[in-house]
Amino acid sequence: MIRFDQVSKRYESGNEALAGVNFELDTGEMAFLTGHSGAGKSTLLKLILMMERPSRGQVFVSGVNLNRLGRRHIPGVRREIGTVFQNHQLLFDRRVYDNVALPLTIAGYHPKEVSRRVRAALSKVGLADKEKQFPLALSGGEQQRVGIARAVVNRPSILLADEPTGNLDPALSAEIMRLFHDFNQVGVTVLIATHDLDLVQRMGLRQLILKEGRIQPDD
Amino acid sequence: MTNPSTTGASHSKQDMTHRLGAWLKHHQRVSGESLGTLLGSGLSSLMTWLVIGIALALPAILLVTLNNLGTLSGSWDGNPKINLFLDKHLQESAAGVFSRELRDWPEVKAVTLIRADDALAEFQALSGLGDALLALEDNPLPAVILLEPVNPAEASLRLMVKRLEARPEVASVSVDLAWVARLHAMLNLGERMVISVSMFLGLGVLLIIGNTIRLAIENRRTEIEVIKLVGGTDAFVRRPFLYLGFWYGLGGALIAWLLMLVSLAWLEAPVQKLAGTYGTGFSLIGLDWEQTLGFLLLGALLGVAGAWLAVGRHLRQIEP
Repeated sequence: MIRFDQVSKRYESGNEALAGVNFELDTGEMAFLTGHSGAGKSTLLKLILMMERPSRGQVFVSGVNLNRLGRRHIPGVRREIGTVFQNHQLLFDRRVYDNVALPLTIAGYHPKEVSRRVRAALSKVGLADKEKQFPLALSGGEQQRVGIARAVVNRPSILLADEPTGNLDPALSAEIMRLFHDFNQVGVTVLIATHDLDLVQRMGLRQLILKEGRIQPDD
Repeated sequence: MTNPSTTGASHSKQDMTHRLGAWLKHHQRVSGESLGTLLGSGLSSLMTWLVIGIALALPAILLVTLNNLGTLSGSWDGNPKINLFLDKHLQESAAGVFSRELRDWPEVKAVTLIRADDALAEFQALSGLGDALLALEDNPLPAVILLEPVNPAEASLRLMVKRLEARPEVASVSVDLAWVARLHAMLNLGERMVISVSMFLGLGVLLIIGNTIRLAIENRRTEIEVIKLVGGTDAFVRRPFLYLGFWYGLGGALIAWLLMLVSLAWLEAPVQKLAGTYGTGFSLIGLDWEQTLGFLLLGALLGVAGAWLAVGRHLRQIEP
């Protein structure tokens, strides 16, 4: 589903974030991307989302070489990938409902269909009664769950998350992870960047460890 | 992303009419939201509307003025008339014979004879001098023949004037050709000036709207980033700003139109007075509904164009 082939990324500042990354994530697989901060986790996710382009090497998503796609194909790629961002990336002047509806509106869904799916996604993350609230009225964990609802509302085949439990207490973190696991159970390929090693250990799933710009070999 | 079976229930499964309906609903919503944003920000958008309105009103008022001058000169348009002032001592019957003779000339299209008495009566009625003229012992006005030539070209007119001047019945010949030509030349000049002024002001409006939209884009930077992150196309991001430009342009044009109505109404009374002294019932003509619609549309188009310029320049710079 996601394949990195000798991918390097050197920023204009000269900082080499990734240096020959190789890995493959199968369809329906769930894995954690770990490594200390600055190891290149975010860069790796940005390459999948085409927020950055690799300096060398190739990234494949659903068998498509992203290097071959021009700028106008970027929205199409992103619509197939649900992403949960570290800083939520919510629109604070819009209600929870509208935040979650955004990917569907963009994809041109009819308002009726939008409403049906948004309610389903919100009830999945346990926020069915918060749809009329503004994000600022919610707690950090609730905001994160709004972000998750938005990521899955378009039923993407891939779910990416960048430090989704960054500022949450252990109980909330476990709850969020359980959500991701649920999505994985219905066939979504999930990749979560995190430095919460305890949690990773407890989940007992595959780990991609980034160190010095490379993925450490699997144990 | 290329294989529909992996995308779940993607929109490829929705039928076209359904998608079109969704698309139209989306447009309706975005345009409504843009207008709501404008109305919500009250004073600042009102100021922008006023600036655009004034910039559009000036050329519009000038054009309407020109239009009116054009209709004023319209009665002479293309068919200059020749006035023959007949000899004062010519008998009325002789004048009649002469006018009938002229009617048979092949180069003459129409002949109107105004007898001396009729001329005096008309002058009395229109000049406002009225009774003062009755004090005159005899009629100071000569009989006049109005000639309309078949061919309005200057060369043939000159030839005809020469022939007429040679006749003993004729005291003098006057052709209104020269001043009509001058008026037309002046109107042409005025039109050019108005067009150049309009273009500058139109450009100004374009820049005003462009700059306003640029600020709006700056204000919504995070929103644009988020939309792009979740797969929004350039067209989707562009849409609300184009509608914003549309509303700015349309609102500005509406204000310009109102300003024009007010100034025309303000000018109407003095114009009537002036026309009265010339004995005509001339009245100012504004824009008819078709022209009004065209004018409003033009304003809206300017708005969209200005927004397009701003969006094209600034949207690419905002990438997540």
